[in-house]
Amino acid sequence: MNTLLQSLMDQVRSAHDANTPLTIQGGGSKGFWVRAEAPQTLNIKPYAGVVDYEPTELVITVRAGTPLSEVENLLATNNQMLGFEPPHYASTATLGGAVASGLSGPRRANAGSVRDFVLGARIIDGQGRDLTFGGRVIKNVAGFDVSRLMAGALGTLGVLTEVSLKVIPRPQFEATLEWALPEATAIIRMNEWGGQPLPVSATSFYNGQLRVRLSGAEVSVRSAMRQLGGEVVNEAEAWWLSVREQSTPCFTSARPLWRLSVRSTATPLGLSGASLIEWGGALRWIASDHAPAQMQKAAHDMGGHALQFRNGHPARPQFAPLNPVLAQLNQRLKQSFDPKGILNPGLLAGF
Amino acid sequence: MTSPITPPITRAELLTQLARCVPAEAILSQPEDMRPFETDGLTAYRQIPYVVVLPSTEAQVQAILALCNSLGVPVVARGSGTGLSGGALPHAEGVLLSLSKFMRILDIDRLARTARVQPGVRNLAISEAAAPLGLYYAPDPSSQIACSIGGNVAENSGGVHCLKYGLTVHNILKVRAVTMAGELVELGSDALDAAGYDLMALITGSEGLLAVITEVTVKLLPKPQKAQAILAAFDDVEKAGDAVARIIAAGIIPAGLEMMDGPATRAAEAFVHADYPLDAEALLICESDGTPEEVTDEIARMKSILEDSGAIEIRYSYDEAQRLKFWAGRKAAFPAVGRLAPDYYCIDGTIPRRTLGMVLKRIYEMSHEFGLEVCNVFHAGDGNLHPLILFDASKPGEFERTEEYAGKILELCVEVGGTITGEHGVGVEKINQMCVQFSADALHMFHAVKAAFDPLGLLNPGKGVPDLHRCAEMGRMHVHHNQLPHPDLPRF
Repeated sequence: MNTLLQSLMDQVRSAHDANTPLTIQGGGSKGFWVRAEAPQTLNIKPYAGVVDYEPTELVITVRAGTPLSEVENLLATNNQMLGFEPPHYASTATLGGAVASGLSGPRRANAGSVRDFVLGARIIDGQGRDLTFGGRVIKNVAGFDVSRLMAGALGTLGVLTEVSLKVIPRPQFEATLEWALPEATAIIRMNEWGGQPLPVSATSFYNGQLRVRLSGAEVSVRSAMRQLGGEVVNEAEAWWLSVREQSTPCFTSARPLWRLSVRSTATPLGLSGASLIEWGGALRWIASDHAPAQMQKAAHDMGGHALQFRNGHPARPQFAPLNPVLAQLNQRLKQSFDPKGILNPGLLAGF
Repeated sequence: MTSPITPPITRAELLTQLARCVPAEAILSQPEDMRPFETDGLTAYRQIPYVVVLPSTEAQVQAILALCNSLGVPVVARGSGTGLSGGALPHAEGVLLSLSKFMRILDIDRLARTARVQPGVRNLAISEAAAPLGLYYAPDPSSQIACSIGGNVAENSGGVHCLKYGLTVHNILKVRAVTMAGELVELGSDALDAAGYDLMALITGSEGLLAVITEVTVKLLPKPQKAQAILAAFDDVEKAGDAVARIIAAGIIPAGLEMMDGPATRAAEAFVHADYPLDAEALLICESDGTPEEVTDEIARMKSILEDSGAIEIRYSYDEAQRLKFWAGRKAAFPAVGRLAPDYYCIDGTIPRRTLGMVLKRIYEMSHEFGLEVCNVFHAGDGNLHPLILFDASKPGEFERTEEYAGKILELCVEVGGTITGEHGVGVEKINQMCVQFSADALHMFHAVKAAFDPLGLLNPGKGVPDLHRCAEMGRMHVHHNQLPHPDLPRF
């Protein structure tokens, strides 16, 4: 066994034996949002490198500490990409962190989420055991889908050490169109176009502008452009990057930034504060001083949930409360994977 | 997993208590009434259940499960019974819970592109209901005219288009389910994600071991405007495998990408007369869908790759009738192969595509070693291989030899980095091969996950995850005299 992996396992086993909670540390790029406060740190960053990548398989297997940018660059040299377009937030971002955080970028509504692309995961559980779930093939229904469960679990069920992901070809051609529209109309447009055979790969609504990115074969993108009209946006790549990396002003305000995941057709939420809509209407970012309960209610009323993403307390992140039955299932799962509760304590659902 | 407690209750007492949960006509207890439920699509395994219950409301499901949980009575949920791994095989001392009365499409939201359906709704019925809106439900398992959406979620079903459009897990938003304790939960949400762990992903493909599904919200996609197919023949399977790799390397994700080897091609041709070239050692069917411009473009690119890869013959479908004819032989491959011998065994492994040539070579070599013929059909796009072993169960020892051969093939799939089941599930059939694929620690964790939902281990016991001491022998789908349990259903 790899000595670095063995050392990580030993550290978790010792922490388990001594009842010492651990903060799992990758690149720290999402620490503004979530970061456990356990004094002892388990550093994953050195456990890096591509384990297996054969472009024609559409699968890449990578150690969790590998820089996200390194993975993306390697894929790009083979004209491939991560379909969920993960946000980095800092150049230190790791692949393991991208999966554990469960965050997906602008392409999510059309291409799928990070969870959708996970094919396999190797983890160290809360007792220091090295476990492998899923695999390196696209179709695999052997055993419970524990690897997808790791996406978004924030490391609270296990320390991700290796992940296999499905990758996709880069689109041949992209173009972005825009329209000046009221919010309610923009939301309806996003949903209507989603129901038509158009090569939409991202949508945003910000400052009264609806933007739609089209990706695919050049002939079909051009045909969709003729069909949709609107103005062609120059330097569109910079725009989608600023949405993904949250560098537009709505995200850089000093107010609490809320992430409301709602049904895509939800009418404007009527909450004050700068806002940006993504994912065909299903994701609404709002920088607002409203009380947390009010944000939760607004999201809940629209079939979803809210969480505070920026300008909160990373060790006590604000998530939507779970009903008692769900909370119990979550808690029991946590106990199955991490019986002593030593992995990133306090991050998810308060345990 | 805790082994289920034999119910400390007589059938008569159980029937009395169940009668408080559901109307009398929803309970079947006579052997002749229960016979239709004794097996699913894997007919090698049969078991008459203790009792069959057919609830029609979520509240009834809750009451039945809470009752059985308190009595220690095992429960096996069943959809349409088309599964190929024995996942719905009844338990001798348990309740067989049929969801067949949950037949309603509750709501289709055109703008949101979602359908809220009960678990007994047939897969194809969803697409049919959505068709007037220009929408459809993408996963299309071969049994789609009969299989239920609840069963699709339980098995994470795929289909021939899943390389491009994904599996069930990629095409659903929310699942309502009842735990063994009788508690109702909603996993996922109407949004694209939900708070807490991703339990919707976890329950998908859990083979009825974690909870009983009572409602599913699926995503609907706009129907592609056009589909076109290419048929390409090769004189060598490795060349065909190479062509598949080159298509993917060119950045093309075809809507369908299927392969048959020479023996499977000739069997299919003799059966349905699809005009397949009989000198082919491998046949590829490549399908493109999308806008007319996109399809024209993609077909042209695929054609040039197939030519460069040494295809000895290439044909296009010029219209819908011809496209369907290309598919006819492929879709009839299982029954076609079934005509060649009294019995056949279907295997469902997945391999990394790059190992196809090597794996097929080993499969042919072993065919000689075991003295058993084999035909191969292959979802080439996603690496899912279905070797069909021909045998005659009436010859002494031939069935055992077939089992041994099949076991070796599955072990080979694991050895090259693949898996023992790509789409049929573990069920009772591949429970022993789980030991080949997973470590004892990983299997322990599966039991712990099960216990988090069902602490007493009463839901579908003995399926999906082996007891560790069982890790021994092998077993597979066995078709006798070409009689599939649902002979009317296509299998591919």
